Amino acid sequence: MQIYLPIAELSLNVFLLLGIGGAIGFLSGMFGVGGGFLLTPLLIFIGVPPAVAVATQANQVVASSVSGVLAHWSRNNVDFKMGVVLLLGGIVGSTLGVGIFSVLRTVGQVDLVIGLAYVVMLGSIGITMLAESLLALRRRRRRAPPRKLHQHIWIHGLPFKMRFRKSRLYISALLPLVVGALVGLLAAIMGTGGAFIMVPAMIYLLGMPTAVVVGTSLFQIIFVAANVTFLQSVQNQTVDVVLALMLTVGGVIGAQFGGRVGARLPAEHLRVLLALLVLAVGARLGYELVTPPADLYSIDVSPPAAAP
Amino acid sequence: MTAGRALAIAAALMAGGLLAATPAKPAEDLVADLSEHLIAITTGFTGTQVVMFGATEGSGDVVIIVRGPLSDATVRRKGRVAGIWVNRESMSFTNVPSYYALASSRPVDEIASPATLELHEIGFDHLKLAVDSGEVNPTEVPFFRSALIREKQQLGLYARQPGKVAFLGTRLFRANFDFPADVPTGSYLAEVLLLRDGQVASAQTTPLVISKIGVGATIFDFGHQRGAYYGAIAILVALMAGWIAHLAFRRG
Repeated sequence: MQIYLPIAELSLNVFLLLGIGGAIGFLSGMFGVGGGFLLTPLLIFIGVPPAVAVATQANQVVASSVSGVLAHWSRNNVDFKMGVVLLLGGIVGSTLGVGIFSVLRTVGQVDLVIGLAYVVMLGSIGITMLAESLLALRRRRRRAPPRKLHQHIWIHGLPFKMRFRKSRLYISALLPLVVGALVGLLAAIMGTGGAFIMVPAMIYLLGMPTAVVVGTSLFQIIFVAANVTFLQSVQNQTVDVVLALMLTVGGVIGAQFGGRVGARLPAEHLRVLLALLVLAVGARLGYELVTPPADLYSIDVSPPAAAP
Repeated sequence: MTAGRALAIAAALMAGGLLAATPAKPAEDLVADLSEHLIAITTGFTGTQVVMFGATEGSGDVVIIVRGPLSDATVRRKGRVAGIWVNRESMSFTNVPSYYALASSRPVDEIASPATLELHEIGFDHLKLAVDSGEVNPTEVPFFRSALIREKQQLGLYARQPGKVAFLGTRLFRANFDFPADVPTGSYLAEVLLLRDGQVASAQTTPLVISKIGVGATIFDFGHQRGAYYGAIAILVALMAGWIAHLAFRRG
């Protein structure tokens, strides 16, 4: 069954779109990532124009994140206070990031910078997470005494201390603000919500419990993705609501299942799987950079110069 | 409303086309028409086929060209820099037909003189594509030009079909033209040429309008005219969808 997408201007199979939405939603609910970094290349692969893919995935991410947050909220696993502080930092960071993006574009080679940034970022985060979570797993098997929740270093001497009850943290508000800003900056340059950087940052830099991280990350993503959807609609008219609706129906259902599976998995297993996912995406992007393309040439058609 | 407007445009174009096609001389060498003058892109649109049919008086070969509205296109070429493939050179073309389908009763080289091919832009080699920016060495232009045409062919937007014009008996002819699901909208022109001794003996031009109709058209117009409302509604729908799914699964 085909459906015509009015903004993307092509017809695609309804069940293919529902399936893609469902798979991405599942990952989203399980790991607390938006899934845009997987969804965008998938949409481009099935023929959606890149500009429409980038804008429309944000709309789907809003829906699956809401579905995921509610699933986690009902298990009391969302730290709203932490989410708001991270979000405030994120707004500052992403505004800066959009500026840097424009500079890179005028210099040229923005594609290369993005590609390399992804590979380096995903590679280093993935390897670090994998090593840490495997060590944690081994420790758990040997029934060694658990390590302290987090080490006390100079960071914990910073002013503006705030209590984050859900995360069982009493830390300076500056810390999540800066983390939010840095992730926002990277996310704006790389063109995604940045959750796959945010989630490890919350676990390792802030020392939040893994169970709370997923819900809190999703809460934050709702606002980031909604902002992208709105700006893309106003500036580029590239959000395809019919495409988004198809992906959303699959996505919200997938996110519910993902949230259930994620809540049942031990934290270390969840981190190992997330590390593998991050590494897989990084490897795919790296592979694309170094393999010779099937066709050296590509075309980019602008709308008719003069309206008939 | 949009459908009405599109129909009005189609009607106007048809009237214009018919006037232009009426020759001054009494005997008609060539009469042709399309099976449809309006392709409506609705929610279930998956591409379509239009038939050009007609009759000729006396001997001759028939060439039919269907052209879409002109657009600009940028062709990029990747190169290897330190082991990584990146876009390097690019070249912009203007006056690129968004759709170009050629059908003829015999290979065009055999039935038309080079000057005729050139004048009527018959065949990919004779398309008058203008090169916009010249950052690239001029000798490279043919490579970029052929890459553009190759990509367009892969998209199903450019087609070249010698022998596709089929004669039924000696006078009646017909040819099918395929339009893919992602065919660009706009005003198309179908040109029918009757060739004798390598020259155009008679010609007729018929308009074809490809337009979005119904819900799809309304969404497209709304998105382009009221971007802010469109974005807000898109977000609201997403929020509602997420909430509804949660309610459904909490009960289940």
